[in-house]
Order: sequence, then structure tokens, then C-alpha cells
Amino acid sequence: MQSINILIVGVGGQGTLLTSRVLGNLASDLGYDVKVSEVHGMAQRGGSVVTHVRFGNKVYSPLIEVGKADILLSFEKMEALRWVHYLKERGMVITNDQSINPMPVITGAAEYPDDILDGLKKSTAEVININALDIAKEIGNIRVTNSVLLGVLAKYTDIDYKNWEKALSHTVPPRTVEINLKAFDKGYNARG
Amino acid sequence: MELMLGNKAVARGAYESGVKVATAYPGTPSTEITEYIANYDEIYTEWSPNEKIALEVAIGASIAGGRAIVSMKHVGLNVAADPLFTVSYTGVNGGLVVVVADDPGMHSSQNEQDSRYYARAAHIPMLEPADSQEAKDFVRLAFEISEKYDTPVLLRLTTRISHSQSLVSLDEPLPISIKEYTKNPQKNVMMPGMARKRHVFVEKRMKGLANDSCEFEINRIEMGNRKIGIITSGIVYQYAKEAFPEASFLKLGMVHPLPKDLILDFASRVETLYVLEELEPIIEEQVKSWGIPAIGKELFSVQGEYTANMIEQAISGIAVNTQPAEELPNRPPVLCPGCPHRAVFHTLNRLKLTATGDIGCYTLGTLSPLEGLDTCVCMGASIGMAHGFEKVRGKDFAKKMVGVIGDSTFIHSGIGGLIDIVYNKGISTILILDNSITAMTGHQDNPSTGRTIKGEEAPILDLVTLVKAVGINNIHVLDPFDLEASRKILRDELEKEEPSVIIFRRPCALLDKSESLPLRIVSEKCKNCGLCMSIGCPAIQKLDEGMVIDDALCNGCGLCERVCRFNAMERVDL
Ligand SMILES: Cc1ncc(C[n+]2csc(CCOP(=O)(O)OP(=O)(O)O)c2C)c(N)n1
Repeated sequence: MQSINILIVGVGGQGTLLTSRVLGNLASDLGYDVKVSEVHGMAQRGGSVVTHVRFGNKVYSPLIEVGKADILLSFEKMEALRWVHYLKERGMVITNDQSINPMPVITGAAEYPDDILDGLKKSTAEVININALDIAKEIGNIRVTNSVLLGVLAKYTDIDYKNWEKALSHTVPPRTVEINLKAFDKGYNARG
Repeated sequence: MELMLGNKAVARGAYESGVKVATAYPGTPSTEITEYIANYDEIYTEWSPNEKIALEVAIGASIAGGRAIVSMKHVGLNVAADPLFTVSYTGVNGGLVVVVADDPGMHSSQNEQDSRYYARAAHIPMLEPADSQEAKDFVRLAFEISEKYDTPVLLRLTTRISHSQSLVSLDEPLPISIKEYTKNPQKNVMMPGMARKRHVFVEKRMKGLANDSCEFEINRIEMGNRKIGIITSGIVYQYAKEAFPEASFLKLGMVHPLPKDLILDFASRVETLYVLEELEPIIEEQVKSWGIPAIGKELFSVQGEYTANMIEQAISGIAVNTQPAEELPNRPPVLCPGCPHRAVFHTLNRLKLTATGDIGCYTLGTLSPLEGLDTCVCMGASIGMAHGFEKVRGKDFAKKMVGVIGDSTFIHSGIGGLIDIVYNKGISTILILDNSITAMTGHQDNPSTGRTIKGEEAPILDLVTLVKAVGINNIHVLDPFDLEASRKILRDELEKEEPSVIIFRRPCALLDKSESLPLRIVSEKCKNCGLCMSIGCPAIQKLDEGMVIDDALCNGCGLCERVCRFNAMERVDL
């Protein structure tokens, strides 16, 4: 099997790391060779962050090359556009509808693009836009936005719901399992 | 098999190797190694005040007979270089492994120096793993080599090894006991007479290692298609395998000293030989010095990280077709909502002061709109540099400038600069931004936090007493959110023709457990003056309908409320 490449992007502090770890553990539970490349350090302070998840029979590089990602999962809209060139032809974008202005936009030195979905659709027809932040707010904790998005992603894979549940439960901190599972389920059943 | 971060695998390797003592000063990308080691009850683990001390503790542990491991980022090895060069001469008793994590591409660093130069310069063998499994296994091997050849061993990681997860199969810990300690000045006291003899030993040791390394399993030939032969190591091996799975490889696990005969043999079996290494042409220059034709930096950069696409394109000469990236506004890292440093920079900005800066979260205060810092060179530099500014531009200039340093950085290497200022009669005003944690690298304890890496209580280093003992007579401790007092005391202290220290104390917003309601801007009261924007809080935005606070980002610190002249902020009742 050719490796599956999932690029997870967002803004430092949004919880992309935990999501990539769930995916990594899932792939390893399923018996695949797997590599996950994470971002620690400076960018975690509100910078643009990207983690790479690759699994298959044999994976060498922990990094996905430009033009090779099967799925781009974005926690923030503009970040989806920043990384969309990593997608392969007919790859899929799943993006959170949330916008977070970067400092150059806040100070007025730059403008936040207003045609992001159009920009994404230029790269691929498969664009799913979902308001995961609102769903997380409904559940009562914006910190589970990442699990909502993971649920959306899960729906587009042919991996069993049970396996996802298991990997998620084993990866998140024990006292947050219940709320994360709830968030995952909402995402899984959401209509994007 | 367990999915493991490279850094965690190094920690596991230390555990399996029967390590007694682990030391470090934090630094991305090396930090998690020691955080994971601290989870093993069997291993004494500490955050040392800086890398030099960390290495010295490890050397002591080694000579006393226990296995010791010390970890740091690449620039940390500069700080630890002094003991490093001489422990090469003394050698070890219990094995000694020095882990150094380089940062090609500078994800979180001020330069991209190549630590392999240290291995060559200090005559110390260096291993370089290419995934987490190797990271663990190479630690075990490094201890074996250390004790067999009587040498410290460097283990080089790079960001992508440290911060990538891959599968690791675990082994049982080795039954390693503490070796006997006997006094041996000929080996352990490096005075000229002894050191001359030890230098002879060092040369012999490295020659022996260079010979033996041709037989080391970690230096491995993988013959494939003979047209392309690639000598490489570490993460670049993975990129190159991705780009040319069919090519022939000489994968080096030991990058110093190099296995010359093995390289000669490999070179003779392939048509075109490439040397692929991120950063400096260290392997390449040695290979070429032996008269072996090879291609390296003719095609590849000494800057930044490599990628599989880049390697494929450079060697095949055929462009890899990819879409260009969109032109979008940058998203640089920022001070978090609620960060105490923001208030200090707001004050500096209002007073229009020149500021020599340092390394920590507060370095982010350099960026617009706070624009609070003029310089950042290395840890501790803010204080010496402020003094240097004064000696060139005079006292009047010194009255309009400050040095800015964090608590962990002050303890790491700021205190010496302060002693210099007092001793040599400077008048600088130094601001210690005390958020009572080492924040930038992910919240490590330090001597001012009252806790050890194991979470045990520890004596709290009292910065006020310390600064007083150095000879500073003007000392203030302030809450940076008290903007009025901050401005007044800063003005007063700057005027004095004596050195002063102002400690701005407020806990890191990410650790502050006191919950505050987020704020909202009451549009009827807001005059759209934009003053609240000048603090550079990511939660405040100017939209067409006016100023808005994003309640998903606001942490309720209330700095904007203190800055606003029209009382336009109110707490949101959730
Ligand atoms: C010699 C050296 N060691 C380690 C680092 C990594 N490093 C950068 S900032 C920092 C800690 C800063 O802590 P502190 O001064 O308390 O400031 P804070 O981030 O908490 O604001 C560290 C360890 C470095 N840049 N140089």
C-alpha cells in the first residue's frame, strides 16, 4: 500500500499536536508503519503550525512533500490556503470555518483574504468547510474543537469508528476522554 | 512496538543503558529528552542553571563511576564547550553521552550552526540516528563506545529526528552497576604535564575508532542501482530514500570519525557519488580530501532543511512539478493573550527606550506593534551589551535605555553581566521579566520556581537578595500590569547615575490558574481611538463595525481595560 499522507495545520495553541498523535496511534494500532512530525517550540506561541502524519507499509521520511498530501486538515481557514499546495491532485481539504487574524492583519500591515474557499476550490473540488468551534462551544469547551475536526476527518476514511474511539481515548488526558468522544461524535455526524 | 518521539526514544535509551545521572538546560529541540528521563525513578535528573554546569555535573557523575547523559540544543554546546574540549582528554569512568540537537532551518533558534564541527574540533566521536528506533539504540551503543574507548560520545539529533514520532521496539534495561572510583590525577587532573600525555592518548583513540568504525554495523552499505551512490546520515537519509529508493547508499551512523576504507570501497562501486548533508559540508570535505570525486554543495545549500523533492530535483536535473504557495499574510508567533511581558513592552514603547534584549518568550516583544527590543544575540547578552552601549554612547544615552532579560535567562548567564556593570561602574537599568518559569521552551522549572524537574519542592532562589549581593542598591519588584507605577519607577531609575534592577513579576498567562471572564468592548463607549491595538493582543481586532474582542482568544487579563481612556471594556458574563 502506498503511504497515506495527512497534513494537519493551524495556529499554535489550537491543539493540532494532539490530533496528529491520535492519528499516529490509530495507524500504529492498525499495524502500519507510521511517522508523525510535530512542531514544538517557538511556533507554538500563536505561529503557523503544521504536523505531518504518514502511514503505510514502509515510511521513510516523516515529512510530506509539496504535492503529496492526501488530506489537508486545517484548524483555521487562512492556514488551509497557506498549505493547500501540499495537496496532491484530487486531494481533500477539511477546514474549520474559524478565522484568527495574524498580527500583521491586526496591525493593518496586511489584509485577511476574504475569498479563501474559492482559493481552496481552485486546488481541489473536495473542500469541506465546517464550523467546529461552534460545535465545541455547544458541547461546552472550545478546547475540544480539535476532536470535532477529527470526527469530520474520520467520516471520510474507511477506518472503523471503533478504532477511532480507541485511539482517541488512549491519547487524550484521561479526565477529558468523555468530552472528547462527544466532540468526535458530533464531528462525525456533522454536515459540512 | 511503541510510537515514540525521537526525544522520548533517547530517554528510553538512557533508561535501558542504566544511566544514573541525567542533566540538561532546556532548549528546543532537545528539551523533551530530559523531561521524559525525569519520569524514570531510577535516574537522578536535573535542570541545571546552564549547559556548562549540566555538562560538569555529568562529567563528575561519570568520573565517579556512574553512567551520565547530558542534553542541550546546538547553541547550548557553545556554553558547554569549555568542559567539552577537556573531558575529551580525561575520558570517562562510567560512560558519558552528550546529546546535542541541531536546528537546521532555525525553527526555534538564533542560528543554524553545525555541531559536527565540535566533534571534529574536540576529537570526540559522534553518532547520528535517522529515526526514533536508532535514537534509542544509538544511546545504548554510545555508552558502550564511551566505556570501551575511554571517551565522551556526542549524539547528534536534528529537529526532525527529535520531534518526529516513529515506531520503536523496547528492550530490557541493562544491569549496569556503578564502577569503582580511584583517585587518578594523571587521568583526571588536566595540568600541562598530564594533559600532554592525554593528548597523545586522544590521538591514538581517534585513530583506533576511525579504523574500527569501518566494521561498525551502524555504518552500512545498501547496494542498489550503481548509477547513483549516496553517502548520507540522519534525517537526510530518509529524504534521500524517499527520493531515490533504488539508489545505492552508504548510511553513516557515526559521523565522526569517518570510516575511510568503507567510504573508499563504496565510492569504487558506484558511478556518481553524492554526499548529502544538511548544513556544513563536513563529510564532503573529508571525502574530497581523500581524492574521491563526489558531488555535494555544488548542488545543495548550506542553509535550511532539505526535502525529498529538492533532492530528487537536484540529482535528476528534472523539475518536480508542484503548485506554488499562495501569497498570504505571515503568521509570526506572538505573545499570548494575557502574557505579562506585553505590559512591560507597552511601557517601554510609551517611554521610547532603547532596549538590549535577550532570549525567551519576551523576544517576541520585538515584533510590531510593540517593537520593544533593539537586539538579541544569545542568552545573557542583554546585560553585557547594555554596558557596552553605555561605554560608547555615554551616560546620557544610558539614561534612555534598558537591558531586558527573563528569569531563567538571568540565572543561566545574566548574573555575570550584572557583576560586570557594578564592578566597572556602569549605570544601566536592567529589567528582569520574572514570569517565574522557563516559558519559551514549554514551562520548565528553574531555581526561581521552587520546584525541581521531578516536581519536588526546592529552595527558591531569591532574585532580590542575589541582585543585592552583587552590589545593586536600587531594586524594585513590580507588577507589570501596574502601568502607572511601572512608568514612574522606570523614569526615576533611569535618571540615577547608578545601576538599577527592576524585577517585573507576574506569572506566565498559560500557567496562571486564576480564571477571569473575557472582556467585551461596549461600542457606545468606544471612540475607535485604537489605543488598545497598540498592546498587540491577538484577541483584539479592528473590524468594519469597530473594535472587537474575540472571546475565544481573550483570557481576561484586563490589560486593554487599563490602557483604554474611555472605560469602554466590560466583562462578559458567560
Ligand atoms: C544557550 C542556550 N540555551 C538554551 C536556549 C533555549 N532557550 C531560549 S529561550 C529560553 C528560556 C527563556 O526563559 P526565560 O528567560 O525565563 O524567559 P520566558 O520565556 O519565560 O519569558 C531557552 C531555554 C538558547 N537559546 N540558548
